[in-house]
Amino acid sequence: MYKQIDMAPLIVNEIISPDTNLFIAFLIGIGFGFVLEGSGFSSSRKLAGMFYGYDTTVLKVFFTAAITAMVGMLFFSLFGWMDLDFVYINPTYITSAIVGGVVMGIGFIMGGFCPGTAFCAISIGKLDALAFIGGLTLGIVFFTEGYPLFEEMYKANYLGTPTMNELLDIPRGVFALGLILMAFAMFWVGEWAEKKFPREEY
Amino acid sequence: MSEVKKTKYFNPYIGGVLLGLVLLAANFVSGRGLGASGAIKSAVVSTVNTVAPSHAENSAFYKNYNETHENPMKSWLVFQMMGVLVGGFLSGAFAKRLKFKVERSPKITSKRRIIFAILGGMFFGFGSQLGRGCTSGSALSGMAVLSVGGFLTMACIFGTAFALAYFFRKNWI
Repeated sequence: MYKQIDMAPLIVNEIISPDTNLFIAFLIGIGFGFVLEGSGFSSSRKLAGMFYGYDTTVLKVFFTAAITAMVGMLFFSLFGWMDLDFVYINPTYITSAIVGGVVMGIGFIMGGFCPGTAFCAISIGKLDALAFIGGLTLGIVFFTEGYPLFEEMYKANYLGTPTMNELLDIPRGVFALGLILMAFAMFWVGEWAEKKFPREEY
Repeated sequence: MSEVKKTKYFNPYIGGVLLGLVLLAANFVSGRGLGASGAIKSAVVSTVNTVAPSHAENSAFYKNYNETHENPMKSWLVFQMMGVLVGGFLSGAFAKRLKFKVERSPKITSKRRIIFAILGGMFFGFGSQLGRGCTSGSALSGMAVLSVGGFLTMACIFGTAFALAYFFRKNWI
């Protein structure tokens, strides 16, 4: 049999070389950009529609993607194809996660993009996205140049790499099921809001 | 009206499943999620290294970064971001959406739209560094691996944008 226990992540188990990994990053990026653009994420007014209820595409795409990848990884792990211990888990720094998130939220409602969607929009010629990317660069320089001022906040309240199911002390699958049910409830609210605040497509 | 302007975008749930499969592929192959802001940071660090090498050696952030990264541009996210530009362009080309324009509400001028885009970008760029990733890297990819920080950042991004939506409504509707 060809089956190899826990073959993935491929890069960690040295099934592919670091250079192949970069080439695959490029291919994955093509898929990422294609799906974002095809879903309408190259339009700032469509993205901002999320916050006024007239277009909840962001909610639907974002949560469907998160639960698809989550369930996929659970199954891959169950089949013995993928060792989740070697998958990168974003570390949790409570203070910077909250403050950073709030600052990003301000940027989102003012600028109408996030970094990924701005790159997707510039690829089809949106000039407001070009301005947003210019702003992103300035904001990042502001952080890197002023780093000593922000370092304490950046590193405060570090919890390691806890996952939601560990925090709630329930099995991973049970949390996943709960999240899927929550996502379906939000989709239902989204569909309701779009009927209540109808707009033409941008 | 809605008949004529029928959407030419993917069904959002199908788009979501496809995006989820892309994210799953990233984790399967590379053991990591998607991202965006990190690629700009790489470009910033690389520019500083080239333009002001002595500044890069003496300032905490760049020194740290260069000690842990061999070449900032030879990074996974930089290659992924180049792919995003190609993929977005291809999708726009197939759907005949390639066009230079400033997208804005008819109630505001293009100048106002550009100013708000720059300001919004500045907030987002700064926040993405503080929060260790943006909507893609921290919120979406973090949620898929059930990271507590990912969920927290996601809730703060969307919660804040909802809370402030009223004050910026003229820009969008």
